[in-house]
Amino acid sequence: MLDTISLYSLEVYWWFIVSLLGGLFVFMSFVQGGQTLLYTLGKNEDERDLIINSLGRKWELSFTSLVMFGGAIFAAFPLFYAVSFGGAYFVWMAILFCFIIQAVAYEYRKKPNNFFGQRFYEILLFINGSLGIFLIGVALATLYTGGNFIVNEMNLSHWTKASYGLEALLSPFNIAFGLMLVFLSRMLGTLYFFNNFEEEDMELRLLQVLKNNMFVFLPLFLFVVGMMFFQNAYNYDETTKIVNVESMKILHNFLSSPLLFLSLTVGVLSLLYGLYRALVNEKKDAIWYVGTGTVLTVTSLLFVLGINHTVFYPSLADLQSSLTIENSSGSHYTLSIMCFVSLLVPVVFGYIFMAWRSMDKTKMTIDEVKNDPHHY
Amino acid sequence: MIEHSDLLIDWSRAQFALTALYHWLFVPLTLGLTFIVAIMESIYVKTGDEWWKETTKFWMGLLAINFAIGLATGIIMEFEFGTNWSNYSWIVGDIFGAPLAIEGLMAFFMESTFFAIMFFGWEKVSKRMHLTSTWLVAIGSNLSALWILVANGWMQHPVGMHFNPDTARNEMEDFWAVFFNPNAVSKFLHTVSSGYVLASLFVIGVSAWYLLKKREVLFAKRSIIVASSFGLITSFFLLMSGDESAFNVAQKQPMKLAAMEGVYKGENKAGIVAIGLLDPEKVLGDEKDPFIFKLEIPNALSFLGYHSLSAFVPGVHDLVYGNEKHKIMSVIEKMQKGKLAVGALSDYKKYKKENNPQKAKEALAIFEQNQAYMGYGYLKKPEDAVPNVALTFYSFHTMVGLGTWFLVLFIMTLYFSMINEIEKKRWLLRLMLMTLPLGYVAQEAGWIVAEAGRQPWAIQDLLPVGMAASNVSSTSVMITFWLFAVLFTGLLIAEIKIMFTQIKIGPEGEH
Ligand code: HDD
Ligand code: HEM
Ligand code: HEM
Repeated sequence: MLDTISLYSLEVYWWFIVSLLGGLFVFMSFVQGGQTLLYTLGKNEDERDLIINSLGRKWELSFTSLVMFGGAIFAAFPLFYAVSFGGAYFVWMAILFCFIIQAVAYEYRKKPNNFFGQRFYEILLFINGSLGIFLIGVALATLYTGGNFIVNEMNLSHWTKASYGLEALLSPFNIAFGLMLVFLSRMLGTLYFFNNFEEEDMELRLLQVLKNNMFVFLPLFLFVVGMMFFQNAYNYDETTKIVNVESMKILHNFLSSPLLFLSLTVGVLSLLYGLYRALVNEKKDAIWYVGTGTVLTVTSLLFVLGINHTVFYPSLADLQSSLTIENSSGSHYTLSIMCFVSLLVPVVFGYIFMAWRSMDKTKMTIDEVKNDPHHY
Repeated sequence: MIEHSDLLIDWSRAQFALTALYHWLFVPLTLGLTFIVAIMESIYVKTGDEWWKETTKFWMGLLAINFAIGLATGIIMEFEFGTNWSNYSWIVGDIFGAPLAIEGLMAFFMESTFFAIMFFGWEKVSKRMHLTSTWLVAIGSNLSALWILVANGWMQHPVGMHFNPDTARNEMEDFWAVFFNPNAVSKFLHTVSSGYVLASLFVIGVSAWYLLKKREVLFAKRSIIVASSFGLITSFFLLMSGDESAFNVAQKQPMKLAAMEGVYKGENKAGIVAIGLLDPEKVLGDEKDPFIFKLEIPNALSFLGYHSLSAFVPGVHDLVYGNEKHKIMSVIEKMQKGKLAVGALSDYKKYKKENNPQKAKEALAIFEQNQAYMGYGYLKKPEDAVPNVALTFYSFHTMVGLGTWFLVLFIMTLYFSMINEIEKKRWLLRLMLMTLPLGYVAQEAGWIVAEAGRQPWAIQDLLPVGMAASNVSSTSVMITFWLFAVLFTGLLIAEIKIMFTQIKIGPEGEH
């Protein structure tokens, strides 16, 4: 099947899909960001209900994007799935716990007789939004900084540190990456509310919160991208597959691929322009600029690890165990089957778009939430 | 290859079993109730009767409570293959990952997108669009069942792949063989129909409670009619697909069948034990009768498993120690061949590394001759090939017994509803209420048959669970096991309390 397409092209295609899903997930994390602002933005019970109900119509999609991200990695790069999930065990488990608790919180928060009380579910939402996103950031950052694993000749792997992934928390880059995502998600959250609500009272507050988070986000972003560009990364030889250190590898990759560089630049500019549009022009549609910018930026930053013979998951324990899109992918047959399946992606986007449009035709207000017997 | 400690395996199994059993407490209700709700809403759209709209909304409210915790317990299942069965994820990920990814794309997005419309869209979208969304949620949840059961069916009967010695894993060769795996087909039909039956029992049980309390009488009576019709039809389907499942098990997993029926010594014209008590002292290889007491339906097992009244049904003893007359190879012999395969594979790797193509080719030839038994090469002793007979036997009999009872119950509830006497039959109402938990028992028992009965295999004959696990320390898995146990139990308590409270409030109290 798809015999004329080389295995390598399929691998690159799938790395692109995985990167794109990563980008979309980060955009969808506006749900998590919004959750952490429940008490910052919501000054009374009505406002908090509005926040929860506005996010409540979207949270499942962000949850599902995460599941999909995992599923796509499993199918396309099973060795990464095995090495990272099975090795950095505690990081992934902690992430999962942060998401398990999100799934019940919306539905159960206001229900009578809910055993733990409303505040408990609000704390769960806060943990999901802060710790959950932070840890996902740390896990993504290890794609640049590496993990402590060894893959043997049968391609079975084990981790060499008894902290099973928690050691990633010692790296400043990983920490900065995680925090960057947290503040990005909070910015996205405010912009989403700004667009979704029709409550005059809250607008000034929203913009103020946006500004505060922006001032934390921007330096973190500069730091992370700067480190990424200027620190060492790893390449592998095309024929011998031997892995080597190369200084400023990521920057070289961008410079050698003008299209990717353009996509990153457009992404960053769009993000900045969106912020300007919100803060200076007070335009409600700013979320779309910042959102598009986020997807483009994150996708480019992930995709760059899959091209130009770059290692996408370096091993700190044994350099030659490092993972590349070539040595960790599924077979040609499976990747081609999955290519056909990926034709469904536009269909899925299509109906999600339609569904959102029909649900968001009218902006949300406190009155509407109060009058809906089914509200969360 | 990497050997795991027994302790690690036990904790990993326990954790998977715990999370799967919890997930399965919520899934079947979602599978069935989405359909029941869709049927009710269709009646509303057709008749325009507002009363049906309220009825639909009430059951939908309960569905949402169940759905949320179904999601919470589901996300972990997906990632546990990576975290706890990472060798598995590599060795069969090329085949197994695909249905999981397809499930996400085809089913989960559909469920979650349209769930939001179904739940919040009453005032926002047209009636037609709303009804379509409700049906799409039902179809989406059943599609998700389809793909996950394709994956699970493949573990029970691996097809459509070959082993690639260079990557040391199995690779997919024929997607359609994986998809139309007879095992997956029967599993899908049996599992979704079990969900429909459970949801019917749920609606009937809750409605019976109202009738016992003399509340919501019209609502309860109408709900019972919808649910018992749906339950009766799907019960037949459940029994038929269960029979088909057993037939598949007999063909593909004879050891599981022997355990399900407690057959130690194989026989022609084997019967089915209707009721039986196993002797706990029985050890494989001794001459004791495995049963302390049993009531048997003659010839039924031969017929069920092989569609012939006099077919030979091998027992655990024959399968472990071999049976020349019936050409059954002993496990010892399979283990020898398996060890040859495992050894030849590592030789092949070694010679390839040393750049010795001649020797590598020889090793490969030995590997290929014995490859079919590779999984047996990892077993320590022949008796390891036997699952827990008592667990499998009792679970199977519980499930089948309850399935028969549900059918009888549906016939009664439908009959008394038709002649409009259901309210007066308080004994029946009590039975209806008491059967609800039994529905859950049958569900869990079914999975225990399927999963415990296939031990020690993660992938039948290819990969024992001992080889499949991740290389983490057993303490780590123990920690997460307890975290799951505490968290899921807490959430379950919350769910049940919320559910009961909503039922007590009832459809009238909603607005
Ligand atoms: C027969 C059906 C069936 C079976 C055998 C399983 N599940 Fe499940 N799963 C569902 C049917 C389902 C469902 C009915 O579709 C759920 C329950 C509640 C829901 O929203 O979807 C669900 C939810 C659900 C979710 C959350 C979905 C989301 O984000 O929308 C995940 C990730 C999984 N499951 C994964 C699994 C895995 C990895 C399983 C096997 C080991 C598994 N499920 C067994
Ligand atoms: C589709 C992929 C599945 C995989 C890879 C899988 C794998 C496993 C593994 C490795 C075990 C541990 C071995 C054992 O202790 O039995 C197990 C046990 C179990 N699984 Fe599955 N399983 C799958 C699907 C399911 C599903 C969907 C359910 C039900 C929701 C389920 C129910 C169980 C049960 C009840 C056990 C416990 C059996 C026992 O040990 O007593 N499994 N499974
Ligand atoms: C009365 C007739 C029934 C028969 C003959 C029957 C037969 C079977 C068999 C043979 C299996 C094992 C399949 C395998 O290992 O691959 C199985 C599994 C299962 N059964 Fe049943 N069953 C019956 C009733 C029920 C009932 C009443 C329920 C629940 C309401 C149920 C739920 C399940 C579930 C959830 C599984 C696991 C999924 C699967 O393997 O298909 N069954 N059944």
